[in-house]
Amino acid sequence: MSDLAQARTFDEFMEGIWRQNPVFVMVLGMCPTLAVTVSAVNALSMGLATMFVLVCSCGLVSLMRRIVPKEVRIATYIVIIATFVTVVDYVIQAVSLAVYDALGAFIQLIVVNCIILGRAEAHASKHPPVTAMVNALGMSIGFVIGLFALGAVREVLGAGTLFGFSLFGANFQPWVVMVLPPGGFIVLGAWLLLFSALKRRKEARLAAQGGGHGA
Amino acid sequence: MAPESLGQIFLAAVLANNFVLAMFLGLCPFLGVSARLETAFPMGIATTFVMLVASLCAFGLNLLLTMFQLEFLRLISYIVVIASAVQLVEMFLKKTSPGLFRALGIYLPLITTNCAVLGVALFQTAREYSFAQAMVFSFGGGAGFTLALVLMASVRERLQLSSVPGVAQGTALSLMLAGLLSMAFMGFAGLGG
Repeated sequence: MSDLAQARTFDEFMEGIWRQNPVFVMVLGMCPTLAVTVSAVNALSMGLATMFVLVCSCGLVSLMRRIVPKEVRIATYIVIIATFVTVVDYVIQAVSLAVYDALGAFIQLIVVNCIILGRAEAHASKHPPVTAMVNALGMSIGFVIGLFALGAVREVLGAGTLFGFSLFGANFQPWVVMVLPPGGFIVLGAWLLLFSALKRRKEARLAAQGGGHGA
Repeated sequence: MAPESLGQIFLAAVLANNFVLAMFLGLCPFLGVSARLETAFPMGIATTFVMLVASLCAFGLNLLLTMFQLEFLRLISYIVVIASAVQLVEMFLKKTSPGLFRALGIYLPLITTNCAVLGVALFQTAREYSFAQAMVFSFGGGAGFTLALVLMASVRERLQLSSVPGVAQGTALSLMLAGLLSMAFMGFAGLGG
């Protein structure tokens, strides 16, 4: 593999993690993001399940991109995705019943996660399998990071624990609203605020530098 | 069979377990279409209709699949049924009100990937609702979705008239608002069981 090709593959990989992070930049796949992130463990297992489905279905969609007629492509993608989700659903049920109960119907609802259909339509249907899978892997790592950021904050504030270990002394008053539904909206809103504030600062600094050069 | 009465199921689906604000289902259209009231309301009605059709078909399909012991095909068959129902609504709207069809734009076909619709079908199966219960549940879910969408759109229309700090504009503000609305809906907890 030449240097150029290597650099391009790396770009594909990094795109989903930072510049087009599905949770913080594109705000896609909100339903599982907010519903399951009451604890860091839940967030991670949901992220991994989504990762498996995303990478496998993007690979398969990309392999079949020349065979599938344009008119029925969305239906085909959905059936492919639903197949992999059924696999994940049964695997999680077999591996850990506790996780299965905690995630509930949201494992099956991975089918309607807009990130997956979005990637299949926008990227995998136009690129060869390896590129598509690398891009999907980057996207899903970005998704896992987003889920973890939410889950960790909500667990620390709402229960005073991280991965089930107690962080503060016995005097800690848990901020219960954080593990209830409103907390999900508010924590994600706060993360977005933080990122938009950082972006503004960077833009202001760049503008100031540009102005300096001009003068 | 679940012992809840029909009224209980309806109230719980609309208020206490509101699909959007308490169960986090259907957030994409909730954040996407709630900027203006005149698109929010029709979107809610269209989604409610798809939910009813999907719930009806899912009930029949589930009986059929259980009869032939093909439960592992449940997810795939549900999603195909929902996709066809959405196609039906799309053609109907295109014919009867092209203006509305254009206003809803990409969000109309995206009802297919609205987790609230698939959620209704999956929950009614998981809770083993009878036919009447399933219908009331899906209608309540749709009404709750419409209610949340209309409330959110009304608040956001008012917000356009006020000056908001630049950092908070856009999605961050909508999410904070949704958090407050969700907190208000927590007051209904326990209602309808």
